[in-house]
Amino acid sequence: MRGRVIGLNGDRAVAYAVKQAKVDVISAYPITPQTIIVEALAEYVNNGELDAAFIPVESEHTALSAAVGASLAGARVFTATSSQGLALMWEILWIAAGLRTTIVMAMGNRALSPNINIHCSHDDAYAARETGWLQFFAENVQEAYDLTLMAFRISEDCRVLFPSIVNLDGFILTHSVERLNVLDDSDVDAFLPRKEPVNRIDPERPMTYGALDLFDWYMEHKRAQFEALESTRPVIKEIFEEYSELTGRRYTPVKAYNVEGADIVFVALGTAAGTLRHAARELAEQGKKLGVVSLTQYRPFPAEELRKILGEATVVGILDRSISFGSPAPQLFMDIATSMYYAKKRPLLFSVIYGLGGRDFTPQHVFELYKQAENILKTGEPPETSIWVGLREG
Amino acid sequence: MGEVKLIKTLKEIPREELFAPGHRLCAGCGVPQLVRLVLKAVPGPKVVVNATGCLEVATTIFPYTSWGVPWVHVAFENAAAVASGIEAAFKVLERKYGYKRPKVIAFAGDGGTFDIGFQALSGALERGHDLIYICYDNEAYMNTGIQRSGATPRGAHTTTSPAGRVIPGKLERKKNLIEIAVAHGIRYAATMNPAYPVDMYNKLVKAASFQGPTVLHYFTPCPTGWYFDPSRSIEVARLAVQTRIWPLYEYEDGKYRITVPVKEPKPVEEYFKLQGRFRHLLEPENRWLLEEIKREVEENWNRLLKLAQQS
Amino acid sequence: MFAPKSWRDLPLGNVIPLPMTSLSYKTGNWRALRPELHKEKCIKCLMCWVHCPEPAIRRHEDDSVSIDYDFCKGCGICANVCPVHAIEMVMEG
Repeated sequence: MRGRVIGLNGDRAVAYAVKQAKVDVISAYPITPQTIIVEALAEYVNNGELDAAFIPVESEHTALSAAVGASLAGARVFTATSSQGLALMWEILWIAAGLRTTIVMAMGNRALSPNINIHCSHDDAYAARETGWLQFFAENVQEAYDLTLMAFRISEDCRVLFPSIVNLDGFILTHSVERLNVLDDSDVDAFLPRKEPVNRIDPERPMTYGALDLFDWYMEHKRAQFEALESTRPVIKEIFEEYSELTGRRYTPVKAYNVEGADIVFVALGTAAGTLRHAARELAEQGKKLGVVSLTQYRPFPAEELRKILGEATVVGILDRSISFGSPAPQLFMDIATSMYYAKKRPLLFSVIYGLGGRDFTPQHVFELYKQAENILKTGEPPETSIWVGLREG
Repeated sequence: MGEVKLIKTLKEIPREELFAPGHRLCAGCGVPQLVRLVLKAVPGPKVVVNATGCLEVATTIFPYTSWGVPWVHVAFENAAAVASGIEAAFKVLERKYGYKRPKVIAFAGDGGTFDIGFQALSGALERGHDLIYICYDNEAYMNTGIQRSGATPRGAHTTTSPAGRVIPGKLERKKNLIEIAVAHGIRYAATMNPAYPVDMYNKLVKAASFQGPTVLHYFTPCPTGWYFDPSRSIEVARLAVQTRIWPLYEYEDGKYRITVPVKEPKPVEEYFKLQGRFRHLLEPENRWLLEEIKREVEENWNRLLKLAQQS
Repeated sequence: MFAPKSWRDLPLGNVIPLPMTSLSYKTGNWRALRPELHKEKCIKCLMCWVHCPEPAIRRHEDDSVSIDYDFCKGCGICANVCPVHAIEMVMEG
């Protein structure tokens, strides 16, 4: 194993990766539960461990705006936020992606107000899903560290050139200490060399960034961006492969556990996947089979991979840690249902809403859901509305 | 502060144009003169950050751009924020990789400065970034069709502060940008006016020589939003100074200096009667407001005189 | 010259990759009035050159000026600021 094993919480692991990535500019505003990332980076800079500009911006909107400016200037840029902060900078997310910056953002996933809640939901990740950013989900502290390093490499690849979000569950990952293997600085240097940025602000080659489009060019610009984002898929796989070779830890867009021959499969993002796999092992002891799928790559959405992996299942429970008011189903369900629409064989799908605002999600909940899935398997009729797990029904 | 080469005549203004015609700003607009002089006065490599507004929209309609320097537009309220990011990045890139650091210039209208852009400006000034922030003030949100801003002067008619039968235009006072900037502890801030190009040019040269944030406030005549014949742009601008409504002064390291003294001011009525946005103030029923405005103009002038005397 | 034809030849990040491409967009057809410069009256003070918003007034080596009718919008500022009335606004066409 390369490097060494240390204990860090998710936030500190991200900060450690950012330090090793030798970023040039950090432009971030503190918000629970991401604050430790920003504080750790400020410490590194002020102690001379990281040669970067730490811009103490006065809001998240400015954080991302300054990050866009810095990225266009050709700097390696990092920012971080959660929930309300993401919502405040939302306007700029689209611009950061459309102007093809290569910013890496860590998101400490937190619920959106009202009421104000500092704990884990995936509202913020979902709120960014249309904006054109690449999105990854970490399931544990190791993945938070690994994906942060990979995000810089992927974003800056000249075949990609899009900003990335690395999601880590608020408090559950951001504040929990786990053991992780960190690489040696020399390995990170080799994995993340500095490349001369494409399209950077250069007075010798003056360009106009962020022009106005009338009705005659906007649609073409969007099509060009759409195609460019689609063509990042093989590159992400390639870099996942390279990192897997380097560390021995397998990274793929979709993780499938125990799916071969499983009638019932559950899908989740983030730390819930770990709970699902733990519960699956306990169910196996009772002779019951549960397949577990989780997505490391959330955007661009790995529809084709999912069609392959879920194609043989009969009942698929899709867990969403968020709610999409007024929509036919929550967000991940809509993503997967649409993907499966084009599959040759379509499993029965049912939606689960869990863990909102940090509500605990336990193996016991998984067993309850499994019973419901067995029922659906028998009747062939999935419910049309979401099952809420862990709620005080009264 | 570095070496500054001030000018006395228009002939000394450099010839090179880094701002091209073919833009779609209104005939008679006061903004292009600002941009042309800024790009001539600020030496060396430059990058411009522009907030959403008249200047941004009219000069960069894809695929046409009037800019001969790198130019960045992100959104409406964040010119100062984007400029901060570019400035910080180039400082690091210079230090780490030997890149040449351009001077960062931010342009924003009164909307993008006084109102929606206020927070970003305040943050940038507090952090002390090395940039020149220039507000081109046409005293309303002109690009979206002449709506009032925090820079709209008292009594002015705009579509959201119309001169109506009951309320005769905007009643709130204009925010004082220079005082707000100075309160952040910056070293240089100044007002500018197109009718005084030598004064304007020299202030730009001075601002560019500082390390750290400088704020410039430019009077921008707007024939479309102020309702006057475009050919009289400079005339209107000159009257603004000569009536003491737009004092030309600078603040430098704690000292105030009135750069264009006005010993015998022209009556404000002369300035108002040239512009449709003020003409209702000359009606007898609005006399009370006219008198208040005249009093405020005098108070502001005397305040500046006192500050200048104490300097 | 920057003249993309379809979404396929658009540069990265929606940029306009060259400076001052607005020189291909002639705004001279905006005007209703055109400035006529009486060169014999011109004192080369450069007032018109400084104040022209386009700019549509060329400054020559000897500080004489000429009007660029490709871009002049006919605003009339030059005629208004000229201290010796060397510029006269006449009806276009």
